[in-house]
Amino acid sequence: MREVAVVSSAVHQVEALTFTTDVQLMVPLINQARDSVGLTQDDIGFTCSGSSDFLAGQGFSFVQTLDAVGAFPPIAESHVEMDGAFALYEAWVKLQIGEVDTALVYSYGKSSPGSRRDVLAVQLDPYAMAPLWPDAHSVAALQARRLLESGGVTLGQLAEIAVRSQRNAVGNPNALRASADVTVDDVMADAVVADPLRAADLAAEADGGCAVVLAAGHRARELCDRPAWIRGIDHRVDAHGLGVRDLTRSPSAALAAARAADRAGFEADAVDVAELHASSTAQVHLLTGELSLGDDVRIDPSGGSLAGDTLMAAGLVRIAEAARQVASGDADRALAHASSGPCLQQNLVCLLEGE
Amino acid sequence: MTGVPDERGRLRADLVIEYPFTRTTGPVVGAFMTGLRDGRIVGSRRTDGRVFVPAVEVDPETGDAITEIVEVGSTGVIETWTWVDPPRPGSPWEDPHGLALVRLDGADTPMLHGVLVESADDMATGMRVEAVWKAERVGHITDLKGFVPEGTGQAENSAEGTERAVDETDEAVRSIRTPIRLEYDFIPSAAAQEYLHAYADKRILGNRSPVDGAVFVPPRGVDPRHGVAATEMVELAHTGHVGNFCVTHLPIPGRDDLPTPYVSAWIHLDGADIGFLGLVAGCDLDDVRIGMRVRAVWKPDEDLGATAENVLYWEPTGDPDVPVDRAGNRAWRDSAPGEVVEDA
Repeated sequence: MREVAVVSSAVHQVEALTFTTDVQLMVPLINQARDSVGLTQDDIGFTCSGSSDFLAGQGFSFVQTLDAVGAFPPIAESHVEMDGAFALYEAWVKLQIGEVDTALVYSYGKSSPGSRRDVLAVQLDPYAMAPLWPDAHSVAALQARRLLESGGVTLGQLAEIAVRSQRNAVGNPNALRASADVTVDDVMADAVVADPLRAADLAAEADGGCAVVLAAGHRARELCDRPAWIRGIDHRVDAHGLGVRDLTRSPSAALAAARAADRAGFEADAVDVAELHASSTAQVHLLTGELSLGDDVRIDPSGGSLAGDTLMAAGLVRIAEAARQVASGDADRALAHASSGPCLQQNLVCLLEGE
Repeated sequence: MTGVPDERGRLRADLVIEYPFTRTTGPVVGAFMTGLRDGRIVGSRRTDGRVFVPAVEVDPETGDAITEIVEVGSTGVIETWTWVDPPRPGSPWEDPHGLALVRLDGADTPMLHGVLVESADDMATGMRVEAVWKAERVGHITDLKGFVPEGTGQAENSAEGTERAVDETDEAVRSIRTPIRLEYDFIPSAAAQEYLHAYADKRILGNRSPVDGAVFVPPRGVDPRHGVAATEMVELAHTGHVGNFCVTHLPIPGRDDLPTPYVSAWIHLDGADIGFLGLVAGCDLDDVRIGMRVRAVWKPDEDLGATAENVLYWEPTGDPDVPVDRAGNRAWRDSAPGEVVEDA
């Protein structure tokens, strides 16, 4: 397998990008990610992005966003209607093939012009579920109650996860929900949004974007002091229907972690830090189990997606945050997780390591 | 876009995306929908006896086809639930309601639907419920109003009309209508706000590239060739030339004032390096040609708003044409950016 590393990244998340287009959001992020390793678009072998037309309310909206890249003369480019983490996977495959030595990956989501929790209903089965317009918070609540009532976790433990996220997020400029002194009692006193989930149990919705530069082999070592090597990466999917799945489990997350570990040569629980892409505290709990993350793993040092969740970018942001932990030397090994679909249907696990 | 700013001076518009989907069902999902129309709930049975409800046509574990249809009970048990207050836009419910995964008697998988009770206090996992039906049913998931606690009498006789429906037609449901409607609060970018506001003063703005001075209209705040911010605004002439055009014979919805056929054209303003879309009128269709010089025809001053609709159309100036080989985009060629194309 070819050595491929994250060599730079840029992230921006806020509550609402009212007057900023996707293009204007991405211009500084893409330039920052390229400039910090001294690359121009001419030096990039492959560009891949992730976004959703349902957020833009406009068909083929990603074509416009290419304006932010500087795609003239024409570039080698691809797009996925998924989180940018899956665009990164495509770029990683391209780098494995050996056609290119560098890749730019970016993704973005501006969900504030619409009602995100309702927009997400249209990803469900269009025959028997979507016409009932079950919103994303309700669907997350159905899963959370199954977890609570199966005895796997308590409301107090979920509140502890919310507190950990908010405390870790202090100092993260891209976190929307951060507090150094929040307590479990504070979280438990929050209003219930979707029974049994409280506001702090649900990921803080953000507008934002993320850009990442990947490089292979010696090129990565030239470009930065401490590349975050992608030792293993894999993504797997569970059945779509909520009724046919055991919502207290995520077999695809466990399998993706096992496959990534096979490639990496170390297990998911051998990491120093893990960044998780979850839409609720209950999903953080579920993933911690499926990925076998022990007490010695620092989970969500950035606050995770609970502290700031940009639809279509939150997974790529997890990879960027995990890579930063490695690049800074704060971690030798890191796990980044991304998900897609209702109730953790699809999961990607990326194992990173410094040298 | 109405061209009328809100109380904070912002232009905004309601943007609604609506798709009137008609989905074919196939025989298995069709059987489920037919069942709903007839006031019954059916599932599909895998060879090992496991019954999926709603009926699925493909085994989610093996990918094998499942074709055996079996009826299950209209009573069952809540496996997990939440409370939806307020009800979501587009949903079939007007009041706060429960939302639950309900495993019906005889089924091995739960189905999603509403639970019609007064409050979250009336919801519980393990609670037995029964289906309540609409009187008029068409073969749709909303034929089922939802579930109510079993034995309360609320669901009694609600499946009436079943026999009638079967008597009148034994045709299976083959398609369903599932309209999708999404609403957005669309607020143009800062560059677009400035561009639209300038129209109210009969001014047309573009962005100048910081890289080579090329001018883009409408201004989008970036030079798309280089992926860099372009914040400098420049005011453009109200004259230009036709870079390309097309004659259309279909009407534009909402533009009753526009007789067909009409000409839409790529208008290249003097001083701009790319074209933008406009209508050409005030001459015979046959006279419209690439390189033809045109000028803006504005709405009367009293009708002006912050909208590009202020330019009703572009009419010929009568000046000599721009030569065809010099007409069109110049930002993408070697010619000097920002240069005004001189009349031939």
